[in-house]
Amino acid sequence: MENAVKEKIKSIVGVKNYLDSYEDRLCYSYDGTPLFEQLPEAVVFPDNEEQISKLLKLANEVPFNIVPRGAGTGLSGGSIPVPNSLVIVMTKWNKLLELDTHNLTATVQPGLITADFQREVEKAGLFYPPDPGSMTVCTLGGNVANNAGGLRGLKYGVTKNYVLGTEMILPNGELLKTGGKNVKDVAGYNLRDFIIGSEGTLGIITKIIFKLIPAPTTTITMLAYFDRLIDSAQSVSDIIAAHITPSMMEFLDNITINCVEDYTHIGLPRNSEAVLLIEVDGRGSSVIEDAELVNNILKKNNASFVRKADNTAEALKLKTARRAAFSALARKSPTTILEDATVPRSELPIMMEVVKQAASKYNLMFGNFGHAGDGNLHPTCLTDERNKSEIENAHRAFDFIFNEAIKLGGTITGEHGTGLSKKHFLEKLAGIPGVDMMKKIKCVIDENNILNPGKIFTIGPRCEGTLPRTREQIKEIVNL
Amino acid sequence: MQDKKVLNNLLGVLPNDDVLAQCIHCGMCLAACPTYDLTMNERSSPRGRIKMIKSVARGEMAISDVFADEMDFCLDCQACETACPAGVKYGSMVEAARVEIAHAGYTTWWGKIIKVVSLNYLLRYKSALKVAAKLLYFYQNSGIQKLLHGSGLFKLLMPKMAEIDKLSPRVSKKFSEKLIPVNSLPKNEIKFKTAFLTGCVMDVAFAEINKDTVDVLTLMGSSVFTPRKQECCGSIHAHNGDMVTAKTLAKINIDAFEKEEYDVLVANSAGCGAFMKEYGHVLADDKNYAEKAKKFSSKVKDLSEFVFENLDQVKFKQLKETLTYHDACHLAHTQRITQEPRAILNAIPGLTNVPLNDPTRCCGSAGVYNIMRYDDSMAILKKKMDNIKATETPTVLASNPGCILQLQYGTEKFDVPVKVLHPATILKKALE
Repeated sequence: MENAVKEKIKSIVGVKNYLDSYEDRLCYSYDGTPLFEQLPEAVVFPDNEEQISKLLKLANEVPFNIVPRGAGTGLSGGSIPVPNSLVIVMTKWNKLLELDTHNLTATVQPGLITADFQREVEKAGLFYPPDPGSMTVCTLGGNVANNAGGLRGLKYGVTKNYVLGTEMILPNGELLKTGGKNVKDVAGYNLRDFIIGSEGTLGIITKIIFKLIPAPTTTITMLAYFDRLIDSAQSVSDIIAAHITPSMMEFLDNITINCVEDYTHIGLPRNSEAVLLIEVDGRGSSVIEDAELVNNILKKNNASFVRKADNTAEALKLKTARRAAFSALARKSPTTILEDATVPRSELPIMMEVVKQAASKYNLMFGNFGHAGDGNLHPTCLTDERNKSEIENAHRAFDFIFNEAIKLGGTITGEHGTGLSKKHFLEKLAGIPGVDMMKKIKCVIDENNILNPGKIFTIGPRCEGTLPRTREQIKEIVNL
Repeated sequence: MQDKKVLNNLLGVLPNDDVLAQCIHCGMCLAACPTYDLTMNERSSPRGRIKMIKSVARGEMAISDVFADEMDFCLDCQACETACPAGVKYGSMVEAARVEIAHAGYTTWWGKIIKVVSLNYLLRYKSALKVAAKLLYFYQNSGIQKLLHGSGLFKLLMPKMAEIDKLSPRVSKKFSEKLIPVNSLPKNEIKFKTAFLTGCVMDVAFAEINKDTVDVLTLMGSSVFTPRKQECCGSIHAHNGDMVTAKTLAKINIDAFEKEEYDVLVANSAGCGAFMKEYGHVLADDKNYAEKAKKFSSKVKDLSEFVFENLDQVKFKQLKETLTYHDACHLAHTQRITQEPRAILNAIPGLTNVPLNDPTRCCGSAGVYNIMRYDDSMAILKKKMDNIKATETPTVLASNPGCILQLQYGTEKFDVPVKVLHPATILKKALE
């Protein structure tokens, strides 16, 4: 990027909001995704919508690329810079603008941290359920851009189920407003839901209106220990079949149990093959009945022990421990490649077997945990990026896992997004017409392909037919 | 050219390359970091700093002003280590980086003077510390300090120094050795045998707290051995990269405490306790001291640990007090002691402990940080004082001399009228 361009950027956002030292570029060259990094040309913290709009217009003019970023905890590389890019960081936009207790909505800036938002909402007796593992750090804007899930997805759904409206700056610099506080709204195309999960490729989110729900009054949290993996998977199927919907049903395998216990020291069973963390919530006695039914199912499926949290503090400890699972696995090895292949939940036991096969076939160590209740597993390859051949094997293992997941009617990513790390698998899942449609939409909205380009898919000419092999064939094509 | 050397040096100080590789940059540390909280800039976060250290260690980046400043900006409070699920040893990386930065000549002249004077003289020789403390006592009590501040002369000539001057500890009239005999005995039978480290700052600035601590121990039925020949524990030297002096001091203390039998060595300063627990590691390669150091470290306990373990044998009387508790970083993050002090306070009938918001967040004291980086330290202290104010209690407890000094200063600067006490003082009241 030329200095003159940098000066222009600086004049738009002001000197105090502009960084381009090597150290700063280095510190914005990564997010939570392993194996990817790229230095940006500069980093800015815009103060208002107008500045963002001007930056986007300038990017089209020059051109250069723009990569929006929240807290940088993403796991698919969505906020990793691309070549010749400016990073726009939204973390300072962290205000709760309005809590409307009559309509049960909240209007927020995109940089507000998810857990901080939940704390404020809960003070008013309300509830915002989406709770990704990084909720103490990640931003709501990032949650919307990736349609983040979390532990409570099983009963309460994911981020998209709570977004009522958005405001975003489009790649041409215009402000787009979608949705609003209305519960029902069918005017025109549903652009709001289209923006959710767009991973910063269609615009930069500047405001979000969320739906809130009344907080549950009773919550029972329990932890079931299993000596056999298959028993835990069967318990999950049986609970669903019994028409009980816990707010969470989380699974941890033995390796994960031990790593998490090393971190938390809360007395997890180091010798168990698996544990299930189950929470049922709601109002009044039905919660107690559900907990009793769940307990019976767990016992019937050979749970060796069911530990019930005595109080909210203990329940919180158990949930915090589960949320730390991904990072805690780094105790075993310096590189942890986490994926989130998801299958219809009836296929969960088969999927667990697939992960096992992948591990033995490619001679790798896997820690496995995840949202068992919604079929969203997080098989995590424990490896070391300094060991090139092992990393190659890891990629082969994930190819295998993704292919098997697709065969089972599953998907390549349940909640982390496609980003950089899974774009090569997208066509297998969405099909050629699906990906083509996505690309066409992107081209219309972002004509010059300047906003987070190369994420989700790569825009480029498609090769069709057989490749030319002989000199004559090539000549023929050149002459066309 | 420099890079290669830096790489070798850094790797020499760090246990191995695995330490650097262990951070998976997941970002779970961001919420815990006081400096990231101030700037919201990734390079002021533990994850950003580790990324930079990695780059320097691998020879991809040279030590620079920005790098040096960021390492200096870090409080080394280690809240990120508590927050890190992966168990990354961040503290050791930053301390190693600081050593390299000093080698590369990035320290300011006044920073050097403060460090040389404090590390090589005041904290190295207790005799020197006492002389300095006496001079300071004279300055504080003869009217000179009052005159300088009262007349506005200080503010006029050196406005920042005038503020920093107020941060220096108020020297006790009598030092610990005048208040505490070598051997203190309980009134009745001896139930425990303990030894006590008087510390350096505690010794001259908070001798009364030391006395309270020894009284708590004797009231619990313990004999207390307080050897005269003890020195500073060496933690400040180690944190500033001077391992040679730290080891020398560790050996002097091991020898001093060897003179008598005891079961527990009690520390009432979180920083000292934390470092004495490390003597075993620090001297692991010393063939004469490795065994002794290991044994020494195994006996070290914070006062709250000792009281908590023997809570069933303690009878507290009714104490009508309302207070709040601030966790010292070296207690909460380095020693991972957070429940014990609270359990003790809960056991005192009549006492109400109002929970402090964000109790384990650093107060900004951090050794000489509040002097070296006054403005940053005050921005961090402001948040702590706001939280203390919100509890509406008349008293806040802290178990580290640095925290006590800093919070006392904060009460005045931010007009939060609370008393800052060490838990020992409250415990003594509840036992008498």
